[in-house]
Amino acid sequence: MVRDPIQEGMARGWRVIDAATLERGQTIESDVCIVGTGAGGGVTAEILARAGLKVVLVEEGPLMSSRDFHMKEADAYPQLYQESASRKTRDKAINILQGRCVGGSTTVNWTSSFRTPERTLAHWRDQHALAGFSVEALQPWFEQMESRLSVAPWDIPPNRNNALLAIGTERLGIASAAIRRNVKGCWNIGYCGMGCPTNAKQSMLVTTIPAALDEGATLLVNAQAVRFIRAGAAQSGSMQLEVIARPGSTAFESRPTHRIVARHFVVAGGAIGSPALLLRSQAPDPHSMLGRRTFLHPTIISAALMSDPVAAHAGAPQTVYSDHFLDSLPIDGPMGFKLEAPPLHPVIFATTMSGYGAQHASLMREFNNTHVLLALLRDGFNADSTGGRVMLRDDGSPVLDYPLNDFVFDGVRRAYLAMAEIQFAAGAKHVSPIHEQAAMYKSWQAARQAIGELALKPLSTRVVSAHVMGGCAMSNDPRNGVVNVHGRHHQWPEVSVLDGSLFPTSIGANPQLSIYAIVACLATRLASELTGKNAPAAI
Amino acid sequence: MKRRQFLKAGIVGGVLLAAGGGWVVWRDVRDADAGFLQHDRVAAILGAVAPVLLAGALPADPVSRDSAIATVITGVKAVIAGFPPAVRDEVNELFRLLDIRIARRLLTGVANDWRDADPVDVDAFLERWRRSRIALLQSGYFALHDLVLGAWYANESAWPALQYPGPPNVE
Repeated sequence: MVRDPIQEGMARGWRVIDAATLERGQTIESDVCIVGTGAGGGVTAEILARAGLKVVLVEEGPLMSSRDFHMKEADAYPQLYQESASRKTRDKAINILQGRCVGGSTTVNWTSSFRTPERTLAHWRDQHALAGFSVEALQPWFEQMESRLSVAPWDIPPNRNNALLAIGTERLGIASAAIRRNVKGCWNIGYCGMGCPTNAKQSMLVTTIPAALDEGATLLVNAQAVRFIRAGAAQSGSMQLEVIARPGSTAFESRPTHRIVARHFVVAGGAIGSPALLLRSQAPDPHSMLGRRTFLHPTIISAALMSDPVAAHAGAPQTVYSDHFLDSLPIDGPMGFKLEAPPLHPVIFATTMSGYGAQHASLMREFNNTHVLLALLRDGFNADSTGGRVMLRDDGSPVLDYPLNDFVFDGVRRAYLAMAEIQFAAGAKHVSPIHEQAAMYKSWQAARQAIGELALKPLSTRVVSAHVMGGCAMSNDPRNGVVNVHGRHHQWPEVSVLDGSLFPTSIGANPQLSIYAIVACLATRLASELTGKNAPAAI
Repeated sequence: MKRRQFLKAGIVGGVLLAAGGGWVVWRDVRDADAGFLQHDRVAAILGAVAPVLLAGALPADPVSRDSAIATVITGVKAVIAGFPPAVRDEVNELFRLLDIRIARRLLTGVANDWRDADPVDVDAFLERWRRSRIALLQSGYFALHDLVLGAWYANESAWPALQYPGPPNVE
């Protein structure tokens, strides 16, 4: 029987309040209120709670734990993901996977752990005036978080789906390498995306959040942060946060508004949720920066049919990557891309594969022999790559407008070509880029010709994303950022943003470890500012 | 479908979609007492669309096939019910549009009511929307694609055909 650290914590007396059960409006007072429990909120909560601050965490999703994680897509997507894992950009052309549960995306991610690439940091220093973001300055924070979350090389051989990336690249003389993972005692099952059933994944759910709750923090779940308001006379009173139960989480028809009163607020709702909360609050935005420059690593897909079983559903989902097509291009030149392999499960595979009817059914019968590669396009480093913009719908819910332009599609075409060549080199019988007009190609020559002629347009080109970054960029110049380099809001000093929305570009790698380390640094500084103890952190 | 017909459908479709808000409001008023879902037009539309999207995947014998389609309809409705309100409204708007007789005829080319729709017509409709240059129609196709295929392959009876063993036991 797997131990359930959440159940054990509840038995120890954790303060967890389900907003869906509150019939009347409540007021909760605290030193600090943190909105969001993902990579940013989780790390912040542990650091602030350990510094002796009274912390309340507000999470839109439910508190679920290993005993609830049954590894079924039909349950996991509606329970654990934003918009049931089918969140879309405004024109519906990009499908975004984002967690919505305690632990945020860290509860459902695939454990890939990369430090922020050196070239990304150099670009931030040169182009975004982030002078303190050197490899040396960040190193202790990476070391601290890698140790805290058991980030380590993965010693078990990769599953076939990942091995094929290593084989194909090697045959072409292209470098690939092993991905480090944040796991402890991993069973190598392959269901990370549906919540880890064995608590091996060192997500926020089983590390920092339990630590904060053990320090006496309060966790409010199924609770939407609606907006910040000022108590008392206009703009003069103290800041408060209005919270209501998430629609669908409660049986009460009229959902009462709760108030959270705190000295300081940390916005960590992810790079769509954080700008949206500030937009709903009508936070000052004199230079029109809020929600702008939101990045996605637009990701495209290439499927290959192999002669032998691949079983891409089984085993650690991501263990091999290649940065050849990032490293061989200037960072501010044409869009480079990172190559990885994804886990395959029936729903995600069926909805991703194009076409329908007999043709789709025959692709599905090859599920077990299918090998898939992903190319994650590095966005935000070129004048033609300004990302997207978070906007509000009429009901206040966020939607990301992310136009796919020719600059992106140039990268898409090169990435389709690179993936097809690697897959044929690895022994694929057929390769098909996931695009409505693409066919199954029988040779690299046929694929090269067809991909060269493919009309690349939004919607016809299947684009997905699991990495949302930016939208509340950090900069000490208020004209270039929503917050300063310490995460403090330029116009609202009692509000900090501490999550992936701080980034001025995409990361160019799976972002979880970048969020952990940068937020650890900034939250440590915030803790000393709020407590008046210890020297400020390095950046 | 011939190019001229396609263009006609596209132009008329654009006008109709522009006016669609009005239609929907009118229908909402008309159907206020009956309630949209009580008609279960969603089930009628899915009942026509699912067998075409899932051709080659559904069981062959009629009884299992009907029960599989019922499973898909239940699954799609559950997914829609789980969406946040703004997304749910958008999806319901798609179904309402498909349920307007003139929209069905002009935008989908399906002649009969969804309950009696000819699968050949439905196939032509899906293929046309899939390749449509009108983003709204193309994204409508993707919504049906993802909802229906997702609902079928979420259920365990679809897995043997994939040689997908299902999750392991971790007890």
